[in-house]
Amino acid sequence: MNINLSLLGQMITFGILIWFTMKFVWPPLTQMMEERAKRIADGLAAADRAKQDLANAEKASADKLREAKQQAAEIIASAEKRAAQLVEEAKVAAKSEGERLLAGAQSEVDQQVHQAKEALRQQVAELALAGAEKILRSEIDANKHSQLLASIKAEL
Amino acid sequence: MSASSNGPTATEYIQHHLTHAGAHSGFHLDTFWVALILGFVFLAIFGYAARKATSGVPGKLQNFVELIVEMVDSQIKDAFHAKSKVIGPLSLTIFVWIFLMNSMDFLPVDLLPLIAQHIGGALGYDPHHVYLRVVPTADANQTFAMSLTVVLFIIGFSIKAKGLGGWIKELFTAPFHADGFMKIILAPVNFAFQLIELAAKPISLALRLFGNMYAGELIFILIALLPFWIQWVLGAPWAIFHILVVTLQAFVFMMLTIVYLSLAVEDH
Repeated sequence: MNINLSLLGQMITFGILIWFTMKFVWPPLTQMMEERAKRIADGLAAADRAKQDLANAEKASADKLREAKQQAAEIIASAEKRAAQLVEEAKVAAKSEGERLLAGAQSEVDQQVHQAKEALRQQVAELALAGAEKILRSEIDANKHSQLLASIKAEL
Repeated sequence: MSASSNGPTATEYIQHHLTHAGAHSGFHLDTFWVALILGFVFLAIFGYAARKATSGVPGKLQNFVELIVEMVDSQIKDAFHAKSKVIGPLSLTIFVWIFLMNSMDFLPVDLLPLIAQHIGGALGYDPHHVYLRVVPTADANQTFAMSLTVVLFIIGFSIKAKGLGGWIKELFTAPFHADGFMKIILAPVNFAFQLIELAAKPISLALRLFGNMYAGELIFILIALLPFWIQWVLGAPWAIFHILVVTLQAFVFMMLTIVYLSLAVEDH
């Protein structure tokens, strides 16, 4: 162990090294490392936020989908209801139309029957009259018995 | 180099290896230049890394430098609770510089001295009087230079934290506190304690590092006296064990500096 002037020389070297490190080495390195730590923290926060956003978006889309399904179901139900209603209305209209046609036909038939009866009655009366005329030609005067003939005609 | 009949004796060999270059002039040229070159190696590597530093994806060199800086920084954050711009660079310099200087022990003990002798011989000097010790931390001048600088920082930190008056007052009132008359009686006792404390710190710092590295170097020299074919039996284990010593001593010096500085800024 031999302490001499070297001690001073080494102290000066040491001082210079410390000064240089303090000026040019330590600050940029620590600053850069802090910066990186901050960037990593920011990145992690952003990732968390993105995850949250994604979850929200998924929830919103599920809500929309459910709403749309519900609306579609409602629309289908109302359409079915309307269709049933239309069919019912058509049935009722057809029935009443049919009845109306039936009634018309019936009345026409009745009328024709009536007319035929009338015509038959006329013809029978004429035939009877003709027969009676033939029978009575000989013995009965038509003028004389017209009263009687008219009453027979009314009874037919 | 084993001692041969026409070579130096073992004693001469050891003495030759333990003599500093320029020892007779009162200035150890070998300690100075090796320490300076290693200091510049440290500054070059770390300065380059700091200049190129990016907060994005770091390169291999930056990663390595960051690893060391982060280690030093976390030690400081654990032990030192005041704010200081000096302690970080100081600790980093201590750790890396001491590590590099200690690492010179790993070079074969005869390599650099032999080269120096040949260069000296070529320059016209007597090769037997060309000396070189390559481990600056095995020179007490180097270790005391660092520990005394640390003491200057301890005093500076104390004065900055408590004011000049506060520091002087503390010299006379701590560690034993009292009031009134007892205070005056205890003042010289306190002062003596404080001086011992202040002196013990640099001595323990310097001698711990010096002792470890000097002993390590000496054992490497002794191993070098063995025949070359058996040297590895002792040399390899000692060198491997020395990796631990080199790192540990650098770390201990840095850690104690941080602890001393944190004590300096705390109130007693």
